[in-house]
Amino acid sequence: MSEATGLSSAAPNGVVRVWQRSSRIDPRYLIAFLITLVLVTAQLRYHMLGSYDRLVVALGVCVLTETVLSLFDRGKVVNLLSAYISGISLTLLLKPQGGSLLPFVLGGFLAISSKYVLKYRDNHLWNPTNFAVAALLLLAPNHISVLSHQFGNDVTTNLLIWFFGLIIAARVGVLHITLTYVASFVVLNTLRAVALGQPVLAEIAPITGPMYQLFVFFMITDPRTIVRGRRKQVTVAVLIAVMETLIRLASDKGWALPTGFNAAPAFFALALVGPVAKWIDLRANAKRKTAG
Amino acid sequence: MAIPFLAAMLLAMRLDRGTSRAASDAAHPGFALRDETSAAGIHFVHHRPTFDRKIAAIEPHVAALGASVSVADFDGDGKPDLYFTNSQFGAANALYHNRGDGTFEEVGASAGLADLNRAGEGVSMGAVWGDIDNDGREDVLVYRYGYLVLYKNVDGRRFVDITAQAGLRRWMNSNGAIWLDYDRDGLLDLYVTAYFRSDIDLWHLSTTKIMHNSFEFATNGGKNLLFHNLGGGKFEDVTDKMGVGSTRWTLAAASADFNGDGWPDIYLANDYGPEELYLNQGGRRFVLTTAGLESESKSGMSATLGDAFNRGRLDAFVTNISARGYLFQNNNLRLNQMNESGRFRNVAEGAVADAGWAWGAQFGDFNNDGANELFVANGFISADSSRSYWYSMSKIAGANARFFEDASTWPAFGNSSLSGYERSRVYLNRGVAGWIDVAASVGVNDLYDGRGVAVADLWNHGGQDVVVANQNQPAVLYRDYPDSSNHWIGLSLVGTRSNRSAIGAEVVLETGGLTQRRIVDGGSGFASQNDRRIHFGLGAREWVDRIVIHWPSGTEQVLSRPTIDRITTVVEPER
Repeated sequence: MSEATGLSSAAPNGVVRVWQRSSRIDPRYLIAFLITLVLVTAQLRYHMLGSYDRLVVALGVCVLTETVLSLFDRGKVVNLLSAYISGISLTLLLKPQGGSLLPFVLGGFLAISSKYVLKYRDNHLWNPTNFAVAALLLLAPNHISVLSHQFGNDVTTNLLIWFFGLIIAARVGVLHITLTYVASFVVLNTLRAVALGQPVLAEIAPITGPMYQLFVFFMITDPRTIVRGRRKQVTVAVLIAVMETLIRLASDKGWALPTGFNAAPAFFALALVGPVAKWIDLRANAKRKTAG
Repeated sequence: MAIPFLAAMLLAMRLDRGTSRAASDAAHPGFALRDETSAAGIHFVHHRPTFDRKIAAIEPHVAALGASVSVADFDGDGKPDLYFTNSQFGAANALYHNRGDGTFEEVGASAGLADLNRAGEGVSMGAVWGDIDNDGREDVLVYRYGYLVLYKNVDGRRFVDITAQAGLRRWMNSNGAIWLDYDRDGLLDLYVTAYFRSDIDLWHLSTTKIMHNSFEFATNGGKNLLFHNLGGGKFEDVTDKMGVGSTRWTLAAASADFNGDGWPDIYLANDYGPEELYLNQGGRRFVLTTAGLESESKSGMSATLGDAFNRGRLDAFVTNISARGYLFQNNNLRLNQMNESGRFRNVAEGAVADAGWAWGAQFGDFNNDGANELFVANGFISADSSRSYWYSMSKIAGANARFFEDASTWPAFGNSSLSGYERSRVYLNRGVAGWIDVAASVGVNDLYDGRGVAVADLWNHGGQDVVVANQNQPAVLYRDYPDSSNHWIGLSLVGTRSNRSAIGAEVVLETGGLTQRRIVDGGSGFASQNDRRIHFGLGAREWVDRIVIHWPSGTEQVLSRPTIDRITTVVEPER
């Protein structure tokens, strides 16, 4: 009895201690842990990679590109965790035609180099993986598809990733972005379904899929490309969901959108809204500093 | 820094433009496939079924199968005939008798094989032919969404229903069946695949929870069944005893002795799941083996066997789905390396990996150069070409299973297309240089929704003619015009100790550095069965050193210097 009591009183302290210690960890390590968890789970349980050479190529190109460009740009090799996260994300997200490795080469290079080319006031505007996937879907849809179904449509894997994802999002301080987007997605797409007379379940179903798990935990919450300030972040998350709903509405109406918009509307919503929001945010901050 | 960035963007654009150019024709494929459907007098049109209104919203999807074609010389006149199945209540199946003058005559009604699509009985999904009682006449099993039905060939003109006496009156939602002699007792046994669960009556649904429980690892399909031929026209269900009752939504099966132990194994192409290989343990039991197939879960539609690279092995080609931007599952061309590593190795890449939403496929040496080509039929549902269901499909395909296991939660199909209007592919085999699509240059341009594909020498002319059954659309017959300077040899096998149809016999040809293996077909591809006669292209070679026939009974027969450029009948030696 006393042992049980001792355990029950010690457990919360332990959890709290782990929570507090984790605040000292660079958020990128937590994100890297989560993406690795996703990769390992997906591969062990569902053999989702197809082949390991994709992982090697995507990771290799991302790391090499980051190394070379950071040396060239800053005179030193930067922390390669970002390249690692991009490499794994691309491996998970891209499904190439005919098992080709070229999309992983191009995707890895475009993702990392976009950080060095598409800049404003020394900040990159696009989440690297988001930019690469959107660019490839636009430029080479005959060669690329995105992760449309994987992870076995299985609730256990879903719950595992959501569980760790939410904890890490909270630790990194971006949980409000994730939750705002998810809530907006559900509300807006329920309204859309009702307005169009479509089954509601089918319209909110995508949020339970792995593509959206990667989206809400690794793309819209990317610490380097989100705007500063909690309220602004919530606003941008809502705007991304609104943009996605508009894209879906256009698809519902049969508008002749590029295939990528129909296949991955969330990615294009972020690719359209995210950089504009970031640019406005950076510009406003610069003006404030100048005025100050 | 911006320059390499822009260069990468341009390369990505160029990559995509290259795709259409990659589909361009080879200059000299060495054959033509001409649409001679009308000239041959074939006017078969498939009609799809309609089901319980509870699933009306996705009926185009559920009712998208049933167009099949099988080849059999039902009257024993040495000329292969054709049997097409229909899938609408009241619509007739068609049996086309080969007149031998380049035309066919429809005799389904007089033969008793037309009226198979009736309420309470089901609708046809396909048929397989085999001589179940070794009386020298080809009998036929028709598998349906409904009751299986077995017809005995009475006199080469008429067929009688012997299903009940045979013990085969089973309700299954089946899209495939094959004949094989798994215990090598000289009698053809039957393996029937199941798609929807066998307790589901699609016209009287008690629930709409009938769909798959995963797009990748579904296990809630119907149970495949193996029936042992006891002789005397009777069959016994030995599924559980033999361990082959997969419930993985099997769409196609094929059988061959993949590991060279003398016993026929079973290879399954499963929708919503990985392929499966059941290895035969001396006719006593089958064991499910991984063989490298478990690592890629796709949507297997068709299982085709052929010697892809003249290695003297039977490799497997399994079709899957590719849809630009949405899904690249890629077809599998699996090299049989069972003897070396106990595995199949997938070597599909480039054009042969992506045919679209691919269905039936068959190997055939269309130019008689000594290497197999591949014919692949494509396209799922062609309706309103301006509306694609892919967008709707993408909403649920990645979601949790609860969102799509129930048909009532799917987005309504309406009049949308889903990978519709896709052309068939004809892949020219260039060995190590890879496969290229030559469909346009050889004359294959139709945009029908192809399902079953069968290959046969319909005119005994040394060609590999192709017959395609199209869903809800007219069937097409492509006559093969191979390079006339190339030689060939055909064999018509007659079993004695083995089943008389010789189904499962494997034939190896050796000459001038060329080794090829073929198998007598008991059903393969998707909802189809090829000419049971064996065809080898020889190229410029003017003789054959030897041919070795591995009969299902275990007998090995060697033919030295057989006559070429003709079809020779070979009877299995008694001892």
